Amino acid sequence: MTDATKYLSHLELGEPDQTFLDSNELIINMGPQHPATHGVLRVILKLDGEKVLGTECVIGYLHRGVEKIAEHRTYTMFNPYVDRMDYVAAVSNGLGYCEAVEKLMNVEAPPRANYIRVILTELNRLASHMLWLGTHALDIGAMTPLFYTFRDREEILKIFEKYCGARLTTHAFRIGGCQYETYEGFERDVKNFLAFVPPKIDEYEELLTTNRIWLERTRGVGVISGKDCIALGVTGPVLRASGVKWDLRKAKPYAAYSDFDFEVPTGQNGDTYDRYLVRMREMRQSLRIIEQAVGKIPEGPIMAKIPKVLKPPVGEIYHSIEAPKGELGYFVVSDGSTQPYRVRVRPPSFVNLQALDVMVRGALIADVIAVIGTLDIVLGEVDR
Amino acid sequence: MLDYIQGYLSSNVTPGQAGNVFWATVYILIVFGAISVAVMAMNWLERKALAHFQIRLGPMRVGPHGLLQPIADAIKLLTKEDIIPSGADKFVFWIAPLIILCAAFTVYIVVPFGPTHAITDLNIGILFMLGVASLSVLGVVMAGWASNSHYPLIGALRSSAQMVSYEVAMGMAVVSAILMTSLHGLGMYGVAANSTGTGTLSMIDIVKAQQEQHVWFFFKFFPLGLVAFGIFAIAMVAETNRAPFDLPEAESELTAGFHTEYSGLRWSLFMLGEYAAMIAVSSIAVTLWLGGWMRPFPHTLGGETWDLVFSLFPGLTFIGLAAIAFIGVVRMPKHPYFKIQTAGLAGFGVALGLIGLILFVPPVRDRIQDIYWFAAKVAVFMYLYIWYRATWPRYRFDQLMKVGWKVLLPIAIGVLILTAIMGVLL
Amino acid sequence: MQPVATTFFFYLLSGAAILGGVLVITRKNPVHSALALIMTLLAQAGLYLMLYAPFVAGVQIILYAGGIMVLFLFVIMLVNIEKVQKQEQFNKQWLVGIVAAAALGVLFVLVYMKGESLFPKHVVRLAEESNTQEIAVLLYGQYMFAFEIASLLLLVAIIGAVVMAKKRI
Repeated sequence: MTDATKYLSHLELGEPDQTFLDSNELIINMGPQHPATHGVLRVILKLDGEKVLGTECVIGYLHRGVEKIAEHRTYTMFNPYVDRMDYVAAVSNGLGYCEAVEKLMNVEAPPRANYIRVILTELNRLASHMLWLGTHALDIGAMTPLFYTFRDREEILKIFEKYCGARLTTHAFRIGGCQYETYEGFERDVKNFLAFVPPKIDEYEELLTTNRIWLERTRGVGVISGKDCIALGVTGPVLRASGVKWDLRKAKPYAAYSDFDFEVPTGQNGDTYDRYLVRMREMRQSLRIIEQAVGKIPEGPIMAKIPKVLKPPVGEIYHSIEAPKGELGYFVVSDGSTQPYRVRVRPPSFVNLQALDVMVRGALIADVIAVIGTLDIVLGEVDR
Repeated sequence: MLDYIQGYLSSNVTPGQAGNVFWATVYILIVFGAISVAVMAMNWLERKALAHFQIRLGPMRVGPHGLLQPIADAIKLLTKEDIIPSGADKFVFWIAPLIILCAAFTVYIVVPFGPTHAITDLNIGILFMLGVASLSVLGVVMAGWASNSHYPLIGALRSSAQMVSYEVAMGMAVVSAILMTSLHGLGMYGVAANSTGTGTLSMIDIVKAQQEQHVWFFFKFFPLGLVAFGIFAIAMVAETNRAPFDLPEAESELTAGFHTEYSGLRWSLFMLGEYAAMIAVSSIAVTLWLGGWMRPFPHTLGGETWDLVFSLFPGLTFIGLAAIAFIGVVRMPKHPYFKIQTAGLAGFGVALGLIGLILFVPPVRDRIQDIYWFAAKVAVFMYLYIWYRATWPRYRFDQLMKVGWKVLLPIAIGVLILTAIMGVLL
Repeated sequence: MQPVATTFFFYLLSGAAILGGVLVITRKNPVHSALALIMTLLAQAGLYLMLYAPFVAGVQIILYAGGIMVLFLFVIMLVNIEKVQKQEQFNKQWLVGIVAAAALGVLFVLVYMKGESLFPKHVVRLAEESNTQEIAVLLYGQYMFAFEIASLLLLVAIIGAVVMAKKRI
């Protein structure tokens, strides 16, 4: 049994038709080296001409055993590793892990730390959405937005760099609060950014939102119902675009999110265009949150009182946050030692990727690309 | 010898019509060389302009402002290892890029750069152009099939389907322009009101018809000419597989479409063919709708003074380009490291300026004018190609077919019928 | 325009056409056969040009080389080449073959011997400059009915193709 047929057992290639033209079904191997699968995703497509009859995702090319590594590191030592999962939203990953361990230890980060966390996480959400928009547009054939979004994402990365010295895998937070006090001029930088970005978002929308070709390529493509989303465990903008108003920032507020006033944008059709609109509106909501937060960062300590050596009590905890891509959950089991007994991550990309097959059946090859883009997956997180 | 050249210069037919083999050969060589240079220039311009659309600098390293980049690219491609995939059909794989290249270059035989500046004037000029241009589909299909790989095969299937279907709408638009060569329409356009005239397929005669009727077909029977032109302008982008219809090469879906497996020299032949085809279809559009070699306002701004003013344009353009080069020289970083680059750019500017000065000399000026206006109009289309690429996402295959068959074709047929009615009834 | 090196080009194009024709039936690979056929068709277009029939040459290129052959290749590309290459290339129909070849040979000999009386002696009027226009006058004048019948036939063929393809949708 060859490699491809093993994976394709459920796709069931029909008997090749014995006539002169046995060209009905075609198996095409998209990836792992493919410009539009966002990394090393391999999708095996069963095609009838250009029509997709079925898909099979082959993942694991980027598997680094992050969860296993956790069992051999102390709680503090494992903290930087989580940044390497969803590397375009490293801050969110760190936040989720830190809060999970804090919950396990029954400590609370001080309010000032929480505000800094919210600002940085929302900035990170913007950065992640910008990267998504650029690559998604590039996949659909619009080259230019990619460069515009990267130009603006750069401003966010500059703030990260000034704050913690790293641009991508930031390791911005510590268990119990934040490592660093805000730097001199942090608020000014963020405020400048707040004034700088809205016209840029308008610029992206000008290029795409009412573009006829964009509309044709995204409307009615990769439709998934809210019910299907829930059945598959799909979360984040994909779920909200299908009309389900579920955002952990509202539903189970963490950090300081309960202090802020913001909306949860939803769509109705659950197609690629709605997901695009939802994310664009989310970017504006993120700006709103940052605007409220940056004006009133409370004074006070940035670290809670925690022991030098972390030994959480025996127990287990599941804590999840709303990462840019969906629900990012950490299940941490402690046996009372300095190292976690087990860490299990619920990555949004991995779960959302399950929806691919549902969304592309009966669509065309070009739609597969659009849907992979709209799912906003990061393979580092899918494979861990 | 001098008499010979003189005799040629004063002739008023193309070398092909005159049956002058020597001049025809010279013309073929000149056109071939000029198109190759134009392709290289287009390559550089596209990278630069696209980069500036996208807040990048584009090529900056090889030569001042990357001016030598096309040459560097050419050397790289020529010296690159030439890979033929195992299982490929060697002969077909080898011949496919040649077919595309030949098809793209053969059409220039009838392109009228001026009333006498064409290799020849065929009685079936436009038909010949469309026919030979459509032969490049063969090259695409063969390249896709011979590569023995799924991606090129799908790319080739898409591409051939796309080119064949857009040719239909394109042909309809062309026919409505050809109709205009003979139809008078209320006697508005110079042709006597009760004569039906004789239509023509010859590229030179089509421009001459526009000259006689005192109107570019773009404006004739407004808005019919405009709509037909619009259809052609869309179809020609699809025909040359450029964005937003660049599905055959959709890199995010099919990596590089039909030429995925090609590399080095063969790949560069594909690119050469693609750009040559772009220039070719643009020159069809210019000839049919934009008055070919005619300068703007040849009648409303007629008279000797205006003729003189417009004949200065070619020289002024080159002087202007030279000025831009010198601004570049002034803005070069003052650092020993950039000495050679600055000198090179200054030399380039001087060369451009000299060409500009030569173009002011009266005999040259008169000879070169028509070529200049033709090239300027084609250049507008080349810029549009870049602009489209920077602005639009890509159509999906079925949508592309829908646009071709359900939108462009019916409109084109409608325009054709209306043009005929306008011409005959009014 | 005065023709240049007519004999040379005539033999070049005829040679290409014949070579292409032979290759069409001798190649095992159908794609190669199709390419050889294209060569024949293009050479034929060249011969039409030499006969001062540019319009026919243009139509030959657009329709046969550009249109029909692309569709041919389209279909052939999707065929499983390996299977085809194993198939028998020639049908062993010696008797019919010999009869057909003999008939053709006799025809050639007759044309060669009686050619002078078979074809009109006077020089054919060269209508290069207005070739297209004259074809148009003939097609839409004298042969209007035949032309319309042919277009009707094509319409029927299109409808037939659509109906036959419809079953699979």
